[in-house]
Amino acid sequence: MAARAAAGGREWRLALPLAAFFLAFFVAPLGVLVAWSFYDSAELRALTLAQYARFLGDRFTLGILWDTLTLGAKATLVCLVFGYPLAWLALRLPPRWQAALVFLVILPILTSVVVRTFAWIVMLGSQGVINQALAAIGLVDRPLRLLYTEVGVVMVLAQVQMPLMVLPIMATLARVDPNLSDASSSLGAGAWRTFWKVTVPLSLPGVVAGCILVYAACVTAFVTQTLIGGARLIYMPLYIYQQATGANNWPFAAAMSVVFMIAVLAVVYLLNLVGRAARGAYA
Amino acid sequence: MRRRRDYEALSFGVAIGVLSAVAIAFLIAPTLILLLTSFTDSESLKFPPSGYSFRWYAALLEADQLLATAWNSLVVACWTTVASVVLGVTAALGIGRSRSPWAKAADALFMSPLLLPALAFGFGALIFFNMIGLVQSIAGLTLGHVVVCVPFVLRNSIAALSQLDPAMLEASESLGASRFYTFRRVTLPLIAPGVGAGAFIAFMSSFDNIPVSLFVADARTQMLPIYLWEIIETNLDVRTAAASGVIVVATLVLMILAERFAGLTKQLR
Repeated sequence: MAARAAAGGREWRLALPLAAFFLAFFVAPLGVLVAWSFYDSAELRALTLAQYARFLGDRFTLGILWDTLTLGAKATLVCLVFGYPLAWLALRLPPRWQAALVFLVILPILTSVVVRTFAWIVMLGSQGVINQALAAIGLVDRPLRLLYTEVGVVMVLAQVQMPLMVLPIMATLARVDPNLSDASSSLGAGAWRTFWKVTVPLSLPGVVAGCILVYAACVTAFVTQTLIGGARLIYMPLYIYQQATGANNWPFAAAMSVVFMIAVLAVVYLLNLVGRAARGAYA
Repeated sequence: MRRRRDYEALSFGVAIGVLSAVAIAFLIAPTLILLLTSFTDSESLKFPPSGYSFRWYAALLEADQLLATAWNSLVVACWTTVASVVLGVTAALGIGRSRSPWAKAADALFMSPLLLPALAFGFGALIFFNMIGLVQSIAGLTLGHVVVCVPFVLRNSIAALSQLDPAMLEASESLGASRFYTFRRVTLPLIAPGVGAGAFIAFMSSFDNIPVSLFVADARTQMLPIYLWEIIETNLDVRTAAASGVIVVATLVLMILAERFAGLTKQLR
C-alpha cells in the first residue's frame, strides 16, 4: 500500500506527453497568432497596435463581430428551448426508448456538418419542403425566404448543435433525485411550479455546460454560416478566412482572430459565472 | 383545486410533448430528406424527387477527385484517432483521479480546444506550420486534428476511470501483480468501452473537421468536407447528395457497431 501511494504520487507524469504536445502544437500556434497580430504588415514586422486600432475603429468589422456573437446567442436559445424538453422527456422513457432517443440525438452530431447543412439547403429553398408544407396548410401564399437569411442560419445552427445541448442536460437531470419533484407535488405544487422551482434550478449546471458548448460551436460554425447565410451575411469566421487567404492580410486576420477569441472566451466565462452562482445558490 | 392541478399537469404535458416532438422531427427530417433526394433520377435536388435511381451513386465511382479527398480524410482521421487515444488515455491516467490544482489546470488546458473558436486555432496553425515547414502535409493536418480531437478521448477516458473501483486495483496489486500488469489486465479492460466511445467521436470529428483543414490543407492534400463545401458553394451538384448519402449510411453503420461493442449511448449519457 505504501508503495502504491508513493507510485500514485508520480502518476501525473503520465500527463507529460500530452502537455508537451499541447505546448508544441496548440499553445505555440496561438502564441504565433498573437505575435502576428502585432505586426505592421506581412513584410514589415515592426510591432504596432495598428491592426487592433483598425479593427476597433471600423464600424463594419465591429458590426460583424456583434452579429456573430448575437447569432451564437440566438441559436443557443433556440437549442435550449427545444433541447431541454427533449432531455426531460428522454429520462422519463423506458430504457429501450431512452437508448433509441439518445441514438437519434447523437446521430446528427456524428454525421458530417457539411452533409447536415446541405440537407437544409434542400429543405429551405423556395421550392423546399418547408415552404411546400407551409403553403399546403395555407399559412403562406408566397414562399418564405429562408435560405440566406439570419432566421435560416439560426434554425440550422440550432439543429446542427442540438446534441451538445441535450447530452449535458440529460446527464445532470439523471442525477436529480426524483423524490424531490414527488415531494414538491405532494406538498401541493402543480406541474409547472415543480418544474420551474425544483427541476430547472437543480439542472442548471447541465444547462450552462450545454449552452457553453453550443455557443462555442455556433460562433465558429464556418460551413453552416457560409452555406445558409450566403454571400450577403458575413460572420467572423468567413471574414477571417477571407482576410487570411483571399486578401492575404495575415496581421489583420490574426488581430481579428485574437479579438474574436477573447470575445468568445468572455461569453464562456460569463456563462461559467452564472453556472457557479447557480450551483452555490442551490447546493 | 383538483381541477386546477389537472389543468396544469395537462398543459405541462402538452408543452413538453409538442416541443420534444418538434425537436425530434427537427433532428431527423434533414437526414431523411437528403437520403431520399440522393436517389433522384433528375438533375435537380427537388424534393420529393420525380423518380428514383442509383445514377448519382454510380457517378460517384468516376468522381476521382472526390474519392482522392475522401482517402485523404480517411488517412488523417485514422492517424488522428491513434495519436489521440495514445496521448489522451495516458494523460487521463495521469490526471483522472488527481485532485491537485495542477491536474485541474492541465485538464482545463486539454479541454480548451472545444471552447476556443476552432477557426482561430486553424489560422494560428497555418502561420505556425508555415514557419516550421509543415504546411500542406498529411503530418501537419494530423497534428492539427489531434489538438481538436484529443479532448473527446480525454473526457470519455476520465469519465470511465472515475467509475472504476479502486479496490479492484488494490486487489490486483496485493495479489502480486505489477503496475503494468494491473493496467493491462484490470484497468484497460474496464475502461475500454469509454475509451472506445471517445475514440469513435474523435475519428468522426477528425473526418468532419473544417476549421483546421480549411487553412492547413491545399489542392494536393484536399480533405473531403472542404471539397464538398466548395462544390456546394459553386454549383449544387446532385453527386454531392449521393456522397452525403454514403457518409450518412457509413456513419450509421459505424454508430451501430460502436453501440454494439462500446455501448456508445450509455457512454455518452
